[in-house]
Amino acid sequence: MVELTIDGIKTKVLEGTTVLEAAKEMGIVIPTLCYHPGLSPYGACRVCIVEVVKGNRSSLEASCTLPAEQAQVILTNSDKVRKTRKVIVELLLASCPNSKTLQDMAANMGINKVRFKIKDRGCILCGLCVRYCNEQMKSGGIGFVGRGTSRRVATAFDVTPEECRNCGGCEWICPVCERACTAGNLIDGLCGGCQNLVPVETCPICTGCSESVGPHGHKVY
Amino acid sequence: MNSQTLYHYSLYYWVKQLHQSPLDVSNSLCWEGVEKGSQTLDNERERVEAIVGEYGASRDSLISVLQDIQSALHYLPEHALRTVASQLSLPLIQVYGVATFFKAFSLKPRGEHIVNVCLGTACHVRGAPAVLDEVKRRLGIEPGETTEDMKFTLETVNCLGACALGPIVVIDGNYHGQMLLGKVKKVLREIERRTQRDETHE
Repeated sequence: MVELTIDGIKTKVLEGTTVLEAAKEMGIVIPTLCYHPGLSPYGACRVCIVEVVKGNRSSLEASCTLPAEQAQVILTNSDKVRKTRKVIVELLLASCPNSKTLQDMAANMGINKVRFKIKDRGCILCGLCVRYCNEQMKSGGIGFVGRGTSRRVATAFDVTPEECRNCGGCEWICPVCERACTAGNLIDGLCGGCQNLVPVETCPICTGCSESVGPHGHKVY
Repeated sequence: MNSQTLYHYSLYYWVKQLHQSPLDVSNSLCWEGVEKGSQTLDNERERVEAIVGEYGASRDSLISVLQDIQSALHYLPEHALRTVASQLSLPLIQVYGVATFFKAFSLKPRGEHIVNVCLGTACHVRGAPAVLDEVKRRLGIEPGETTEDMKFTLETVNCLGACALGPIVVIDGNYHGQMLLGKVKKVLREIERRTQRDETHE
């Protein structure tokens, strides 16, 4: 057992537990994107970053891949974390403006504008589909191809592989294509329907909003 | 959805698919889609199989196997990747992912000699663009392309870390520093002469 402090509350967890899981057990919400309880942690999206305090210094780490350590001091909702997290979600939105999951996340965090140039790539390379295919379906039909800016999720030689059983799991788990944002016009990179510009109850564009953000307005982490 | 339901979900589909169509892991697709003389193809296939055979069926040797195939055939043909995948019992996508990740591997046929022109900052100010133009003119190809006789492939690189020698041209791992337009001609001709000599010897 290791004892660590999360947001000023002391807790004991089993060795090998990640900080994200420890926080979850305590009921502290850390927003996540590429994390899935049924899949191995990957640490690709960095949305789940937390501040690890070491004396006078602190560093930002992805909590989904950070193992809990003895006497660790974690802040999940400090100014630094919130600010950085906003930038990360803005960057993700800039490469995937039509993702409803991301738009909801932006609304929840109070993002009013995407300050980056929007370039729709249709994929944030979170690796959920690849891990799902490998770990849950034990298939290995899709994977990452290429490197750097030309990295993408694909099948070998762009043909449906023999291993693929057409389970559709890759589409089901995808945060981009699973729940595409139906709003047509983007205002500053945000769909405008879900975010704070329009009250949620009277959201004219996106009917799915009230489900995800709640009828009483936007929850701010 | 928690992990257990996810597991059931996947298991359900797995069983369903298993009943519908038994998995066909045979190598039937292996040699399709390759347009080449059957003799060269047979030759290629034999060499690939010999290389894969050398390493046994160890998954760890994937990169070594690919490196050997690359240096033997100057590229990684589709059938080679499929053979490697089935021999090492790896998913094809993993082999393909590695083959596309490293710049040392090429899925397109490359020439016998790789000409690398450095276009880094130091080489650039020392006249690398002119050198590149000269190489392009002499070989008649653009960067990334291969001459029709499959002798030369032209590539550019951003820095080789030997800036004092700039502009640099690397041909088959040999560094030719302080390149001049006249020197390009000399070096290329020397290589052509050497290949011709090798061919007549054979």
